[in-house]
Amino acid sequence: MTNVSIMTFNILSILPILILAGFGMIVLLIDVLSSRKFGEKNLLAYVSLIGIVIAGISVRNSTGTALFSFHETFTIDNYSIFFNFIFLLCTGLTILISHSYIKREEINHGEYYALLMFSTIGMMLMASGADLLNIYVGLEVMSISIYILTGFKRSKLISNEASLKYFLLGAFATGFLLYGIAVIYGSTGTINLNQIASFIASKGGISDPLLLMGMGLIIIGLGFKVASVPFHAWVPDVYEGAPTAITAFMSVGPKAAGFAAFLRIFMTAFGSTHYEWQKIIFILAVLTMTLGNVVAIAQTNIKRMLAYSSIAHAGYLLIALVSANSMGISGTLFYLLAYIFMNVGAFAIVIVLSHKNDEFIQINDYAGLGFKHPLLAIAMTIFMFSMAGVPPMAGFVGKFYIFSAAIKSGYVVLAIIGVINSVISVYYYLRITVIMYMKEPAREFTPLTLSPFIVAAIVISVIGTLQLGIFPSKVIEMAQQATLILK
Amino acid sequence: MPILTLITFLPIIGVFFILSMDSRRSELIRVTTLLVSIVVFFISLPLYVTFDAHTYEMQFVEKLQWIPSFGIHYHVGIDGISLFLILLTTFITPISILASWHITRNVKEYMIAMLVLETGMIGVFISLDLFLFYVFWELMLIPMYLLIGIWGGPRRIYAAVKFFIYTMAGSVFMLLAIIALYFLNHRATGEYTFNLLEFYRLDLSFAVQFWLFLAFAFAFAIKVPMFPFHTWLPDAHVEAPTAGSVILAGVLLKMGTYGFVRFCLPLFPEASHAFIPVISWMAIVGIIYGALVSMVQDDLKKLVAYSSVSHLGFVMLGIFAFNIQGIEGGIAQMINHGLSTGALFLVVGMLYERRHTRMIADFGGLTKQMPVFATFFMIVTLSSIGLPGLNGFVGEFLILVGTFKSRILYASIATSGIILAAVYMLWMFQRVMFHEITHEENKTLQDINKREFAILIPIILLIFWIGIYPNSFLRKMDASVNHLLKQVGEKANIVSTLQKQNEFEQLQQNVTPKIDIVPEAKTEW
Repeated sequence: MTNVSIMTFNILSILPILILAGFGMIVLLIDVLSSRKFGEKNLLAYVSLIGIVIAGISVRNSTGTALFSFHETFTIDNYSIFFNFIFLLCTGLTILISHSYIKREEINHGEYYALLMFSTIGMMLMASGADLLNIYVGLEVMSISIYILTGFKRSKLISNEASLKYFLLGAFATGFLLYGIAVIYGSTGTINLNQIASFIASKGGISDPLLLMGMGLIIIGLGFKVASVPFHAWVPDVYEGAPTAITAFMSVGPKAAGFAAFLRIFMTAFGSTHYEWQKIIFILAVLTMTLGNVVAIAQTNIKRMLAYSSIAHAGYLLIALVSANSMGISGTLFYLLAYIFMNVGAFAIVIVLSHKNDEFIQINDYAGLGFKHPLLAIAMTIFMFSMAGVPPMAGFVGKFYIFSAAIKSGYVVLAIIGVINSVISVYYYLRITVIMYMKEPAREFTPLTLSPFIVAAIVISVIGTLQLGIFPSKVIEMAQQATLILK
Repeated sequence: MPILTLITFLPIIGVFFILSMDSRRSELIRVTTLLVSIVVFFISLPLYVTFDAHTYEMQFVEKLQWIPSFGIHYHVGIDGISLFLILLTTFITPISILASWHITRNVKEYMIAMLVLETGMIGVFISLDLFLFYVFWELMLIPMYLLIGIWGGPRRIYAAVKFFIYTMAGSVFMLLAIIALYFLNHRATGEYTFNLLEFYRLDLSFAVQFWLFLAFAFAFAIKVPMFPFHTWLPDAHVEAPTAGSVILAGVLLKMGTYGFVRFCLPLFPEASHAFIPVISWMAIVGIIYGALVSMVQDDLKKLVAYSSVSHLGFVMLGIFAFNIQGIEGGIAQMINHGLSTGALFLVVGMLYERRHTRMIADFGGLTKQMPVFATFFMIVTLSSIGLPGLNGFVGEFLILVGTFKSRILYASIATSGIILAAVYMLWMFQRVMFHEITHEENKTLQDINKREFAILIPIILLIFWIGIYPNSFLRKMDASVNHLLKQVGEKANIVSTLQKQNEFEQLQQNVTPKIDIVPEAKTEW
């Protein structure tokens, strides 16, 4: 990344975003024009998937040099490209697992796919933003789409409640973020990340308490999005109330985007003063992991259990942020990718096994699954062991990566807390396998109706989880490439 | 020919075969699994024949890049220490598969678990790359957990979860220690690698050795299991199906003791020396405690399980005697324990299959009904006690010789464990096999059938072979063990002399500061 070119306005740099926006509009149009003729509306899913794939190809084409455009507010570099792939993968998998789900829940509207794509646009903006305002705009685009998607089961009270809770708390948190941005602007006179960094460098550190305050406010705003304790209170209710496919999406997409912004801001703008914020993040990481894991043990509803587990995973990712070295950044990228596979895969199985109106999502409903539907159970077992960090699954390599980063920076205590937490987490992940394989069935398993879409999603997730666990080197190299720009 | 890779991954290939079979054809699945494991055993035999006993260097080495960006290799090889553990694994696996013929529920999944388990176990013993080692170490947890949890006894879930969490809790600290070694090695040599042989050359400060030793030892002590980390073992043993118990006792426990020999001693010699009293006392307490608890058991399987705690205490005592007799005795005793305790579990399993009880009080006078069985049982019992002429004697004798040479007090206390072993084993045998038949059901018991005969006879032969001519095993270890002692001794001379004067503080000042853990502010990755 030596060759940095600055262009004031380069439409090609936002090509993937434009493509997604275009396909989002097309989906909306098809939905309106088709009336009910397309019947099952398979077309919408196909069109959305094609949009995702084309956007992916266009991302790939723009690899090469780090590129700033729109007056240095937007950047395309290996870092944002890696994240764009993560987001597109996440959205693609979500579309695959949504297709039969939204038909079953009778929320099969075109807006569903369009909103998914719009929120992806927001995430891409967050990963590519070179100034704070751009990141903020991306975050809002992403969030507003997801607020709507959360309440998509509009006739269900629980879904409405989730949406409203998420919206109110989310609006509050973005308020914090915006306030932080304003304060930083007031202190440094710029919102551009590189200029903030050079401002701090010229002062020889952070001397202005305003700037510290701005940093703290940004931690709050982003901490809310990545669901870190103590800004996590919304997570369980929202995850439980949202349509399951959206829960899957929410637990990986916005989290990845939040970390994209977190790393970009704190490594670029505040990178030289990491000792100022490491302590705060340290405490957040410990709280987040511990609370997530301990409370997850007590859950009986699998969506809530996965919600708390996603809080715990945010905690592990914060460890990587604390270590503030390039290994931590590339570890975050790797972990997020691994997490998409295992978490979306797990949710896919939850969707397959649940019935209309979220019936059968208690953990005990999985009793006897192991020998009734062996393949599904094996897939679920792989995801659970992966999340618990057992080799040879992706989650293990991810945790190994992150704990290595912590030890490399000398945060041995944090790594120890991290591994203790992953032992705690083993308990509740293991419980799923215990119930699947070692308990007698508590209910009749009706024959499953598997759409090819969701089968594809599960297969991709299993392959991804194993591939990243057994032969991770390609992806590790890509992640390392991606981090060069930040250090 | 890459023998090591072949024997490690052939079971996995077998898994794919079995996956393609109809789960209702259980006989076919059983036979295939057995064949695969027997083929693996025969492929592993050339390891013994062609093994060069004159060198301590790793043999049959294979090294391939695996994750180059972290310097992780697929690096395998064996020396005199791991050779017999691998052979033990490939030997015990077909036997335990043969002993699982009575499993009728979910045969397919059972056999898949057995084969994956074999891969994991062999992998642990051949890995020379610490990352690879850790992967196999954890990988083998999953099938064992499923074996206990699905096909086990009434409290199987509790036992399975306890087994998994205990082992996992120990091993995550080892993972951190491995990562720490990785960075320390980079500090010293500028190279990122997980190569164990490179790590052997590191010269670590005492403080670093202390903590890393603790982390490794914690993982291994749980696995062994040493008193007071042994509580998972009786549960796991009692609830596991027979084959699970056999493998657990025969191979899995050896991973802990093997870990001490392969990692703790050569990597952290000074710390190992400093820990001699702690480990030895833990071992001694384990020997006595295990024996006493065995004595009062009324459940046969529990009795054998607690006797393992006692036997493994001897192994640990031998290893921490730090001389050739002690360590060779320890390794020999690992094999012996695998054979005799494995056989005991098999025998108990045979009784259980016939009577569906394991309570000693339910038996008595079986000799009359089952003379052949009684003979086998007697041999196995005597081997476990350590009767001269049988394998157990060789190991225990060497261990005690070694311990006497280094520390007489430890040896004298530990010797009482042998007497206790005779007490609880013979008493058990007497109550089960002799006297009058008190239960009507026992009058119709069948003597052992052909399959059971085939299971026991190879073990009995080995028991006699090792007992009568142990040199064919011990001489293969000499070079490696001598080298190990050299590794440990050279580095640790200062410690052992200082330790006698009880000058621990002085030691820490005297040792020049070597590589230490300090935060690395800026490193390029």
